[in-house]
Amino acid sequence: MGELWQGIIRALELIVTFDPEVMAITFRSLGISTSACLIATLICLPLGSLIHFTNFKGKNLLVSLIQTFYSLPTVLVGLLVFILFSRAGPFGNLNLMFTPALMIIGQSLLVMPLMLGLIISALVSLDKTVADTAFSLGASRFQAGLLSLKEARYAVITSVIMGFGRAISEVGLAMMVGGNIRGFTRILTTAISLETSKGDIELSLALGFILLLISLAINVILSQLQRVEKSAAR
Amino acid sequence: MKNFKNIALSILLITAMLAGLSGCDSGGGSNIIPAQGRLRIATTTSLYDTGLWNALEDRFEEEEGIRLDILYAGTGIALEYGRRGDVDAVAVHAKATEEQFIADGYGIERIPFAYNYFVIVGPAGDPAGIADLSPEEAFKKLYDTQTTFISRGDASGTHTKEKAIWKAAGYDYEEVTSAGSWYVEAGKGMGPTLQMASEMDGYTLSDMGTFLAYKGETGLVTVVDEGSILLNVYSFIVIDPDNVEGADAEKAQILADFLVSDEIQQFIKDYGTADYGDSLFIPCAGNEPTS
Repeated sequence: MGELWQGIIRALELIVTFDPEVMAITFRSLGISTSACLIATLICLPLGSLIHFTNFKGKNLLVSLIQTFYSLPTVLVGLLVFILFSRAGPFGNLNLMFTPALMIIGQSLLVMPLMLGLIISALVSLDKTVADTAFSLGASRFQAGLLSLKEARYAVITSVIMGFGRAISEVGLAMMVGGNIRGFTRILTTAISLETSKGDIELSLALGFILLLISLAINVILSQLQRVEKSAAR
Repeated sequence: MKNFKNIALSILLITAMLAGLSGCDSGGGSNIIPAQGRLRIATTTSLYDTGLWNALEDRFEEEEGIRLDILYAGTGIALEYGRRGDVDAVAVHAKATEEQFIADGYGIERIPFAYNYFVIVGPAGDPAGIADLSPEEAFKKLYDTQTTFISRGDASGTHTKEKAIWKAAGYDYEEVTSAGSWYVEAGKGMGPTLQMASEMDGYTLSDMGTFLAYKGETGLVTVVDEGSILLNVYSFIVIDPDNVEGADAEKAQILADFLVSDEIQQFIKDYGTADYGDSLFIPCAGNEPTS
């Protein structure tokens, strides 16, 4: 128990004194996961509405498949990205292995199924009259999609935040394709993993505490959103 | 009211994203895509866990002006990174595997730069009674008494050495791994494996350097430390750019020369003496140590 208390005190110290290494790792984590989320959002918004507004054979199967990938193991995505981007792999000449750029690519692949699935369900749960009305007023499919997304904005934002939560908390992929290089690809989760294995429990706790704070912030935003959504529905 | 909440939310989200994106630059002051001029090596976990590479990294970057990226990997995966061209050099410790690696054309040459000894460590009081035995006899006794043994189990240099000792003791390694629940394959680096051995009151094989660095917190003691089979040589191998596309042999050679320079050899010799009362590594300046 003493170790835990000592760790928490040290953790608070590292945080309130803005320890440069801890800060750098935190901002790197935020930067990588935010960028990954941004890319995934830009792909998933149009793709999600395209899937929702198009009728084709196997659509249900595709949606179930996307939902299955919600819990895609991070190490599996890591392995796939490693094979593709390693120097000996098909995209090897891009020279992206063990860089933050590749971590961004990997994390966006990781969160895309979750985001895509949630965006599609957001559109499904939206009153069908929204799109119908738009179409009857002569809107194109693009305009109807845009309008629907706008109407379902809270659920859409929720999906983005959920994606961010998955990205910032994962460790397997970051370790495999980032390599946990000090001052370059080391992020909160990989640093916690390494510091614990080195026996530096205090630093691990401090980093864990920061990660927890980020999750807390995400949750506050989420619950705030849901409240807004409820009052909007009324 | 609703509008106010929308605006507040948008501001919050935008701030978070801006903070995040600016973090990309402030994080170590480095680009997210590798600038030319970074040297990338993979090093065995035992060299990293002692903190030696962190210390060498700072000196090297300052003296040579080359950014050094260090990957923490056991010998097995480190050599695989080398074969794939994902690193420019490796620092490993499994002689036979290294010689094969060079014979296959992936590495230019083996440059031994430091050595120490492996030790069999275990709980204080030596419950299995293997002290004073040779490493081979000690392993035999552990097998016969089914005493908890934590193996690295990760194709690292230490794991390769462990297999060699089992072989020398007259066992087929397959036989050992399926011998029962007393034989635990950790699949972790040296430091974590020592922690596991301590938690489980078991024995393990460790390199001297990592063991000394972890001795204080694990409470494990050296049980067997004599026997020629326990020699542990660390060598540096520059990846051969003729056979592995994209490897930067020029910069890697600068690091190789740096490692065997008089100044750094002295630094390696002194490394850890202040903290552990004993040097962790013995420098050998490019020559194969014999005993």
